[in-house]
Amino acid sequence: MVDSNGSKPTGQALAERVQGSQTWGSIFRPGSIFRKGYSDSPRNRSYVIMNSVLYHLHPVKVKRHAVKVSYTLCLGGLSFFLFIHLTVTGIFLMFFYRPTAAQAWNDILTLQTSVGFGLLVRNMHRWAAHLMVLSVFLHMARVFYHGAYKPPREFNWVVGVMLLQLTLLLSFTGYLLPWDQLALWAVTVGTNMMGFTPVFGPQVRFVLLGGVEIGTDTLLRWYVLHVLMLPFVTVIFMAIHFWRVRKDGGISGPL
Amino acid sequence: MTEIPEHLRKRAEEARQKAAAASGADKPADAAPSETTAPDAESGGSTEGRIPVHLLDRSKAVANQPAPDADPAPAGGGTPAPSSGPDGHNQRLLTVVKSGSIQDAKSVPQDKVHVWPHLLVAEFLAALAVTLFLLAFSIFVNAPLLDLANFNQTPNPSKAPWYFLGLQEMLTMFHPMVAGVTIPGIGLILLAMAPYIDKNPSKAPEDRKFAISLMTVHLMFWAVLVMIGSFFRGPGFNFIFPWTSGLFFEL
Repeated sequence: MVDSNGSKPTGQALAERVQGSQTWGSIFRPGSIFRKGYSDSPRNRSYVIMNSVLYHLHPVKVKRHAVKVSYTLCLGGLSFFLFIHLTVTGIFLMFFYRPTAAQAWNDILTLQTSVGFGLLVRNMHRWAAHLMVLSVFLHMARVFYHGAYKPPREFNWVVGVMLLQLTLLLSFTGYLLPWDQLALWAVTVGTNMMGFTPVFGPQVRFVLLGGVEIGTDTLLRWYVLHVLMLPFVTVIFMAIHFWRVRKDGGISGPL
Repeated sequence: MTEIPEHLRKRAEEARQKAAAASGADKPADAAPSETTAPDAESGGSTEGRIPVHLLDRSKAVANQPAPDADPAPAGGGTPAPSSGPDGHNQRLLTVVKSGSIQDAKSVPQDKVHVWPHLLVAEFLAALAVTLFLLAFSIFVNAPLLDLANFNQTPNPSKAPWYFLGLQEMLTMFHPMVAGVTIPGIGLILLAMAPYIDKNPSKAPEDRKFAISLMTVHLMFWAVLVMIGSFFRGPGFNFIFPWTSGLFFEL
């Protein structure tokens, strides 16, 4: 569009200057839809994936049956999404929480009563955690019933079983952190069970509790496990899991 | 000139001999065909094969011509180099190789769709639905926060998180080493080894009746134990009915 003076309207001129700048070009790769605009064409549909970070997760094209929601029920993807959701809400909770026996419970109470959206975010963190355990379980059942663990996907099933255990451990370590009666006694029951491990039982329990009984050391230990170590390990296993899904030829099926 | 593979050269030679023999049978007396006989040959050979007769004649003429270095004084003095065609081309079709025999292309292309928008839209909607569900659920249902942890007051019953209640349920039946460690440990190892134990290559449900039954029995076994542990265990971890004694369950 050109006005009577022969110069372009300022908005469009500005947009063109920004999109032509070196900064913009350095952020978006050649071929990115943010450089050249998007109109619906097979080439641009490919560019959306190919020139964005999504290329780490998805190929440009997948088998037609792979996009059928009734086959996967989105369970694996939702497990990953819940993990992201839990990370975001968990970071919010970390700002208001100190992992000591003297402060933990009070911090949660203060979070619920005095922090904006504190109660809501804590609720979402807890319900998302239970939902993630459930969705990981169901994802495993879905994969089994489709026989998707068969060659060439055997090893990815093993990685998946590791991720299931990591999910349970993440949930269980988070259980102690509110330091209320529910947390204390649920963890007491759980760690007493682990104390019956053959041969190393007492040692396993000592390492888990950071002492002979649950106390402020246990809280610190489980806090570090919950917010740092287990998520770190889980992210590594997820990276392997997703990479293998693509390398093994996308999702299995159709039956 | 590039090197011609041995089998291709042989095949071309055979084809050439066959063609020569076929046209030779047609006109046995015609030992040295010339341009003047071409119209006759064309009319005579129209039924014999797919190769046009004038091409056959040309190739025969080339084959019958003495090699240029063997005979330094060829008969047709004014003609160009004898190996060249009428337009000066000197390449020749040796053989036609069909693509299927040498290319590793899938004969039946797979039916594929673009991830954007077909997959990403579905994923986005699923994520949105779960977020909305979590938000709504969290607005109406609060996460439990009981009294401050107190070592001197054991709640009755004391329950593990729900996903461990199947194990706690088994504690009522077996020694803790069996119920709490051995059975779940062996179970997880067997689960991880499932692809190496199940050698059946078929993925069709009708071929996997045993595997599916086994998994279903185990999943149901755990689900029932977790349900009993969650809802049917009251004070002293004794069996109760939740509709008479109430619910002893916190998430």
